Amino acid sequence: MGMTMTQKILAAHAGLDSVKAGQLIEAKLDLVHGNDVTTPVAVKAFNTIGVKEVFDKDKVVVVPDHFTPNKDIKSAEHCKFIREFSHEKGLTNYFEVGQMGIEHCLIPEAGLVVCGDVTIGADSHTCTYGALGAFSTGVGSTDMAVGMARGVAWFKVPSALKFVLKNKPAKWVSGKDIILHIIGMIGVDGALYKSMEFTGDGLQYLSMDDRFTIANMAIEAGGKNGIFPVDEKTLEYVKEHSTRTPVIYEADEDAEYDAVYEIDLSTLRPTVSFPHLPENTKTIDEAKGLEMDQVVIGSCTNGRMSDMRIAAEILKGKKTNPNIRTIILPGTQKIWLQCVEEGLAKIFVEAGCVFSTPTCGPCLGGHMGILAKGERALSTTNRNFVGRMGHPESEVYLCSPAVAAASAITGKITDPEEV
Amino acid sequence: MNAHGKVFKYGNDIDTDVIIPARYLNSSDPKELAQHCMEDAIHSTVKFAENVKEGDIIVAEKNFGCGSSREHAPIAIKASGISCVIAKSFARIFYRNSINIGLPILECEDAANDIDMGDDVEVDFNTGVITNHTKNKTYQAEPFPEFMQEMFKVGGLVEQTKIKLGLK
Repeated sequence: MGMTMTQKILAAHAGLDSVKAGQLIEAKLDLVHGNDVTTPVAVKAFNTIGVKEVFDKDKVVVVPDHFTPNKDIKSAEHCKFIREFSHEKGLTNYFEVGQMGIEHCLIPEAGLVVCGDVTIGADSHTCTYGALGAFSTGVGSTDMAVGMARGVAWFKVPSALKFVLKNKPAKWVSGKDIILHIIGMIGVDGALYKSMEFTGDGLQYLSMDDRFTIANMAIEAGGKNGIFPVDEKTLEYVKEHSTRTPVIYEADEDAEYDAVYEIDLSTLRPTVSFPHLPENTKTIDEAKGLEMDQVVIGSCTNGRMSDMRIAAEILKGKKTNPNIRTIILPGTQKIWLQCVEEGLAKIFVEAGCVFSTPTCGPCLGGHMGILAKGERALSTTNRNFVGRMGHPESEVYLCSPAVAAASAITGKITDPEEV
Repeated sequence: MNAHGKVFKYGNDIDTDVIIPARYLNSSDPKELAQHCMEDAIHSTVKFAENVKEGDIIVAEKNFGCGSSREHAPIAIKASGISCVIAKSFARIFYRNSINIGLPILECEDAANDIDMGDDVEVDFNTGVITNHTKNKTYQAEPFPEFMQEMFKVGGLVEQTKIKLGLK
């Protein structure tokens, strides 16, 4: 029996000719990373293990991005602790405020992950790098600690779901709408413990940024990882960002899947997830008209350059609704600068938006846009759980940058076609 | 090895933001995290942190621990004194984290369906048998794979790594 793309990558990193679903393996890691929330716990565990050095100074990455620039004294203490650890261990890739970005925007941009890698990160959205044809998955701090010490992690080899994406999506249907549609279809545990492999002729219409967004939210369906086959767009991205050599794996013709879903992208509509689970999806036609208090455009899901450009295209020459606070968070310093150079920052500020330094900030209710009791936010982030962006009785609605920008103008959920 | 205590019962898709809201993640101190454990389970009739006692048990339905990878979630539960979490299914990162830090978790659909808030429940980890003393019923949980039993025996992934590296 053949192997899926994920199984092939895992087998190669476990030094095995083949693996099958359910098998427990130990695989070599090409990268281990953490942020300012998860790394402090990992460093304590690392110190308990008692090894002196990390397994490879170039392959351990620390990105303080959640509560940075430090939101309070306790966060500052955490950041200080991991900064000192990173310097003491001589990590090549510690990203200080001023160089940092949101980890899952930054790490691919910095060329630290390429096709064929196995990578773990102490952050659930580490599954983002599957867009590059790598196996990447989120883990906890203890796994990060052991990864830093030994350069390996234990895995239960996942079975897979195959998503065959067909045809061309309409103008305002983005990667975000595709993944929200899929989560609505299979549910928040629809891919529990499994790989989500995306394939089909529709991939040619999806930019790398669309693919990062789709892979990023595999975890919102419970998936272990999301993964895309490597094509010309992938190789072009890797060439532009990394000096490393990509390794291409392809699923076998006779690979076994638990289920195969065919999705006609041309039939999809802009999609919004209602509180309090990403699976509570409605099309824009069902969702429109609901009034909002805040709009957030950014995050590891939608803080990339094309997201910024789509938002600017809609906001250009317009004013946001006076009852709406619109917060725009580009994913990295490089994206921030590009927004300034292309005139996007001017469009945002003239429209009445906040244009922030990169941070995870409001996505997880950290800082930079916390909601009061009873308030509603429309957000391009990835989770709308109870209390996710602030007060336990506030609400978060998830959508694409186009829907978020259009809604910022009107003050209520709006079809981008109508502004 | 046994666990025995009063049950805190929850529903489907209890996410890690509910288990430990991000507003408290500027701390990594287990005791401090425990004070806010399950704080945003706003539909629950019982306040968890104020009522939980050493040895108590959490029972939930499907996909317990979904969302963020924050290990602070199983750490907060363990530091609250919870001796075992039983659910129909667990989100994968929460499952991994619990195994790694030595918080016992069991998958058992029958138990999750039948056990109610406040029931007096006992778990035998060697056999996977869950006894509900309140309802005079027993349920059989899925046994752990051998690999995970080994990890539990030595006290979690850090201790196992020490052994592998010859540091213990």
